[in-house]
Amino acid sequence: MDVKGLNYSCTSCHVTKAHQISGRCYSQPAPNKHQLALPKDDGERLACESCHSRSPHKKAELLNHHTDKVACQTCHIPSYARGGVFTKMWWDWSTAGKFDETGKAIVKKDEYGNLLFHSKKGDMGWALDVEPEYGWYNGSMSYFRASDKIPQGIEKIEINSLKGDYEDPKARIFPFKIMRGKQPYDPENRTLVIPYLAGKKGTGAYWGEYDWQKAAAVGMREAGLPFSGKVDFIESDMYWPITHMVAPKEQALSCEACHSRNGRLANLDGFYLPGRDRWPWLDRLAWMALGLTLLGLLLHGGLRFISSGRKKGGQS
Amino acid sequence: MKVRLNLYTRFERFWHWFQAFLIIFLLVTGFEVHGSCKIFGYANACSWHNLAGMTLLVLTAFAIFWHLTTGQWRHYRPSFENIQKIIAYYLVGIMRGEHHPFHKSEECKLNPLQALSYLFLKVVLMPLQLGSGLLYYYYNDWLNWGWAARLDGVAFLHTAMAFAVLLFLAVHIYMSTTGGTLFSYTQSMITGWEEVDNGIMNEEKSPIR
Ligand code: HEC
Ligand code: HEC
Ligand code: HEC
Ligand code: HEC
Repeated sequence: MDVKGLNYSCTSCHVTKAHQISGRCYSQPAPNKHQLALPKDDGERLACESCHSRSPHKKAELLNHHTDKVACQTCHIPSYARGGVFTKMWWDWSTAGKFDETGKAIVKKDEYGNLLFHSKKGDMGWALDVEPEYGWYNGSMSYFRASDKIPQGIEKIEINSLKGDYEDPKARIFPFKIMRGKQPYDPENRTLVIPYLAGKKGTGAYWGEYDWQKAAAVGMREAGLPFSGKVDFIESDMYWPITHMVAPKEQALSCEACHSRNGRLANLDGFYLPGRDRWPWLDRLAWMALGLTLLGLLLHGGLRFISSGRKKGGQS
Repeated sequence: MKVRLNLYTRFERFWHWFQAFLIIFLLVTGFEVHGSCKIFGYANACSWHNLAGMTLLVLTAFAIFWHLTTGQWRHYRPSFENIQKIIAYYLVGIMRGEHHPFHKSEECKLNPLQALSYLFLKVVLMPLQLGSGLLYYYYNDWLNWGWAARLDGVAFLHTAMAFAVLLFLAVHIYMSTTGGTLFSYTQSMITGWEEVDNGIMNEEKSPIR
């Protein structure tokens, strides 16, 4: 990576010990106990702090004040999928299984060669240079399991969801790619289904027969899970923590990216962020009081001016 | 009759104008941090606000020392005597060209209304504002102090008091124009000398001291 620069290889960061590669995804607790969070100190987890410590900014002490609540990645990865390589953002399985009149698979690509539709897979969406989404994250996630029930009235499920909030001393604001899509589910039992995907015609595999009911029946039977026989589709979000593609330091987020009324953290609540938050009634009240005061002073000054003119006129 | 008095010592004038500059600068940078304006850029606004705040703290420490050692604090002893007269003067008398009911002297250079409002500024507004600012500055150390408070309480107080200081400043600047001429009070705050009506009617002594 960056042959002209540090020329790091993957294993500069992902150091190995007895074939244990350090760095597990979905495990990014704020290194609390140690200034230098070396992998051995932190359960073989790897973090930017392992090399940089928690106070890497020499010139700007204010930036170091952030590292307890804001992950390094949040400021140092202003966008992902930079450098001309697209990333997949959307995958809608519900449109799969459509063929043209001659029964041949439909394949649509955009001008860059990204797959937009395939009869086997459904619709897809791609993007370049994407601004991450942000969430409080203490390093653990909870997962939506195959046996978990989808609550009534919900239009979208989170395949995995972030743990942690402002009050959690281990949690920091972390950047994520959210992979969105539509998944098959069982509307009667209200669970996701596990379809049998790749297989020959006659086995029930989706890519053999293009029949979701059959594919789900086979898959769920194999998994030993109940299946009602019905399949519908539901939207899903999946959080992917972003850690790679650290940008040169000049491109790190500016203060205003977060400290402004509609900045990147506009959707995170439960804490006071200077420049973003205020008490609208206080501001309104205060500016009104100031306006009235100025008006009063203007009036007073005007009267003084008029009366001094009259006085001079009368005296002379 | 009119006399010329040296009311404001050199330190007092230095303190007054340096403080005025710092307070105005703190208001501007503070409201940028608050998100009300964009002037210096957020990073500069933050660090300059901190710097100016610390400077004001040091200046205030000197000023407190000066007030105590020179006995100047006596000018701020509150008194409600004649306060109605003075309010009436500013509301009505000033329009009619009446004389100010209060006569300044070296022993008592602030009229009671002035003394009360400056006292309020000095013992309520500024301590709250400097105190909350200092706490805000050390926000990252609160946990080390074993204090699990949240930022919003301190930020609220600091913002509300900032508005109060802004209001004070508006009225204060206006009041500075109510002297003999529009800028005569400002001038005496620069030179230290003020031409004062001492309230003595018969002119026997020389007006120049
Ligand atoms: C600058 C240090 C650094 C370099 C160089 C680096 N990584 Fe990583 N990588 C990380 C960190 C930090 C994590 C997050 C670890 C964690 O979550 O515990 C990570 C996570 C990962 C993950 C898990 C990601 C996920 O979302 O599941 C993979 C796979 C990975 N790295 C592969 C690579 C490969 C392949 C290379 C070389 C091309 C590489 N890394 C180079 C720091 C680095
Ligand atoms: C294996 C050790 C190691 C790890 C892990 C590591 N870095 Fe670095 N990083 C370095 C070194 C060495 C430099 C070069 C320092 C220098 O030039 O002063 C550097 C430089 C940087 C720079 C400055 C780049 C520039 O433009 O000058 C940034 C920003 C940075 N790292 C952020 C991160 C972030 C964010 C992570 C976590 C994803 C991370 N680093 C993980 C070793 C590491
Ligand atoms: C609030 C945003 C923010 C956070 C959080 C943050 N940084 Fe930075 N970082 C910056 C900015 C902005 C710069 C560029 C500052 C400059 O040029 O002086 C920078 C500069 C750097 C540099 C280059 C330092 C230098 O003096 O050249 C390194 C290395 C770095 N950061 C590493 C990290 C690591 C490691 C973390 C996590 C512990 C981290 N940063 C957290 C915003 C942040
Ligand atoms: C990634 C978003 C982000 C960026 C970029 C960022 N901040 Fe912050 N900042 C935060 C968050 C979140 C908090 C609240 C932290 C807390 O309550 O513990 C905060 C708190 C603050 C505070 C108040 C608490 C304190 O530590 O004094 C100041 C001042 C501040 N930031 C200044 C800055 C400045 C200056 C910059 C640019 C150099 C900057 N921030 C860049 C997210 C950000």
